[in-house]
Parts: sequence; C-alpha cells; structure tokens
Amino acid sequence: MEHNILVTIVDRNGESKEYEAPTDMGLNVMELCKSYELPVEGTCGGMALCASCHVYVMSDHELTEPTDDELAMLDQAFFVKPNSRLGCQIKLKDSLDGLKLVLAPVAS
Amino acid sequence: MTQANTIETDIIIIGAGPVGLFAVFEAGLLKLKCHIIDVLPQAGGQLTEIYPKKPIYDIPGYPSVLAGDLVKNLLQQIEPFNPGFTLGERAEQIEKQDDGKWCVTTHRGTKHIAPVIFIAGGLGCFEPRKPPLDNIADFEERGVEYFVKNPEQFNGKNVVIAGGGDSALDWTIYLAEYAKGLTLIHRRTEFRGALDSVEKVQHLAESGRIKLITNAQVVGLQGNGHLQGVDVLHDTEGTIHIDADYFVPLFGLTPKLGPIGEWGLGVNNNAVEVNTFDYSTNVPGVYAIGDINTYPGKLKLILCGFHEATLACQSAFKVVHPDKKLSFKYTTVTGIEGMTPA
Repeated sequence: MEHNILVTIVDRNGESKEYEAPTDMGLNVMELCKSYELPVEGTCGGMALCASCHVYVMSDHELTEPTDDELAMLDQAFFVKPNSRLGCQIKLKDSLDGLKLVLAPVAS
Repeated sequence: MTQANTIETDIIIIGAGPVGLFAVFEAGLLKLKCHIIDVLPQAGGQLTEIYPKKPIYDIPGYPSVLAGDLVKNLLQQIEPFNPGFTLGERAEQIEKQDDGKWCVTTHRGTKHIAPVIFIAGGLGCFEPRKPPLDNIADFEERGVEYFVKNPEQFNGKNVVIAGGGDSALDWTIYLAEYAKGLTLIHRRTEFRGALDSVEKVQHLAESGRIKLITNAQVVGLQGNGHLQGVDVLHDTEGTIHIDADYFVPLFGLTPKLGPIGEWGLGVNNNAVEVNTFDYSTNVPGVYAIGDINTYPGKLKLILCGFHEATLACQSAFKVVHPDKKLSFKYTTVTGIEGMTPA
C-alpha cells in the first residue's frame, strides 16, 4: 500500500507503539485503534456520542477543529484536558504522519 | 407478588429499540403475542435517547430516515399486533419456572411470564455516567444523586450540580427555587444547551441566587455517612471547598451490559453469543438479537438486527407451539389484520 502513515499510540499501561495506518480508506483514529485491537470500545460507532475513544493529542499536528457535537461530548467525559479529542473525529490523512496519541483513562 | 403485577405472553422482548420493536411485527405474523420491557421511559432505545435527529442511510427502502422517524414508523407498523410495554423498568432477573416457562422480573418487581425471551438489549442499559471519584459509591443515595427524583428533598439544602448540558442547566434553574445554596460547576466557560437556559443561569448567577464556577471540576467528596462537602479544582485558582448536602453530577447516560451479564448466557466482550441458525443463546428458549449479540461476522447494523429478529421468531414459534406446524406466508399474500394498505 502506498498511502500509509505512522501513528504512535500510548496505551493505558503507558506502552508506546507505532502503528501503520492507511490514509486511503477513510479510517479515523477510533477505527485504527480497534483494528489493532487496542482497548478502545467505540461504543457509538463514531458519532461522537460516547467518548469511549477519548485520546490526548501529544504532537503538534494541525487537526480539524472539533465540531459542536464533539465539544458537547467532551463536556460529558472525564479526565478531559486541553489536548483532549475524540478519536472517531480524527480522520487519518497524509499530513498526520507521525501523529502521537495517548489513550485517555476510562472511568469504571 | 399479586396476579395484577404478573404479565403473561408468548415472547418477552427485553429492549424497545428498533430490533425489539420489529420482532413484534415478525412474531405477530406468526400470531405470537409480545411484551416489551425497557429501562428507558419511552420506546426507541438509542435512536430516541441518543440520536433522534440523525439521519440513517442504510435502512432498505429509505434513502434517508431520521432515527426518531424510524421508531415512529416501527411503532405504527407493530400497532396491529398490540404489544404490551413495561417501560422505565430494568429487566433484572430471569428464572425458569416449574412449567418450563420463563419469568422475567424487573427492578420494580413486575413479573413477566412466557416460554420465550428475546434479548434485544442493544448496548445494554443506559446508566448515568459517574464521575471518577474514589469514594463516590459511598455517598450514592447519601447525598450523591444522578437523577432528580424528588425536588422537595433539596428544600433548604446546599446543592452542587456539575455538568454543562441541558439537564445541568435545567435542573440548576429548577432547583434554585428549592435549595438554600446552589452551585453549578462546569469544566468550560461555554455551555451547550438551549440559549434561553444559558441566559437564565447567567442571570441567576449575576443576581446571586446561585453560584456559578466554570473552568473547574469536582475532584473530591467528603462526609461522614452522608455527604457534607465537595472539593472543586479550578484551572487557575486551585482547590475550593464547598459545603454540600447534595452533589448532582449530570454527565449524560452511558450504556452498560448490566444484569444481562449475570444470566448464565455465553458472553464475549460485552455481547451475548448466539447460534446464527436461529439466534438462540446457550440457554434454550432465550434468544439474543441486534447489537447485543455476537457471532462470527457480526455487524452492528439495524438492518442485520431485523433479519435476526425474523429468524428468531420462526424458531420461537416452535418453542411456543411445539406441536403446531409453521407454514411461511408472504405479507403480500395475507395482508395484516388491522392495517390498511398505504
């Protein structure tokens, strides 16, 4: 595959790993995590309605601004920081090569 | 338990989402009666509770349909079969009776008896999202309330509400009338929710009727048997202590598998394992359809749930009427009693 980028994801045990991610399949970060069987539920299927794909963006890549729906959902989430995003709202594209993310903790 | 509190039917459907509703139709074609139980106060499941205004594009025959409209249509479609509903109650327990039938009891003690159970529980039960505070469970029903059931209980009390959505705003406005002191805490300065409510809350704060603390989160709870105070961490001002008899965190609902996980069914990753022959579980007479089930190749789609419900009904017929023969008929041939064609 030609359209691949590398995304670094730190899981909830602090383990950091680089993942190859295709950019020509319309995938988002939540789907990428699920495809590598990272512990991301993606309960709502990507509608910005559950926050189970909450991540912290650690690199300074330029991301599209969060929508009102995403901000509203983050209002209902916990462990929210200024660099919080919902993985399902981050679409993988070539300019995100080298993106670094940390999975946010989940409330029990 | 009195007779009046016991409901008898052919199929007990747990979950009033689209798949549970459509199961009533398919069962009705086979002259099987259904009764639906749902923890939410209205039918429709996620579609009504979470995304009523979202368009769905993969319902066959509908280029696009709003989730709320799909539920409305399904309710109309099943009306001729006159299903029963137990809404606002959570199916808590299933028990096999001596006569071989199942008894499903809700958390309010309502009993439902039938030879067949369809679990159409979707993502599970919607429960309030609980803030990750170590000792929050110690204060549940002792000062921490996730729902406002009885506003009178806040009369003359110090109340702290947390959240930034409509319910946090609405309850702040409402409870300001009752509470001695009311503080609303929100993580951001902006509130989403109806503009009118936002303005009302700002007005209440300006006039001193309530205290509004933004850019802050509740980080600790204190009390001795009952809640006495909360600690609030402000982004710039550090920790603030607030006396509180009640803490009402309003962060929406989140689905949990809940009691279904304790019914002895094969469960894999929060979903019930089924046989794709008829969507039966490992427990005879108990089926699982829609998002709640799992099998190789499972897709969580409404349209797949409709198919699952249809096949499960065929199998359920044989459980309800072991001696009767089932002949398959098209609705184009038989029509639906009580339904006038469009």
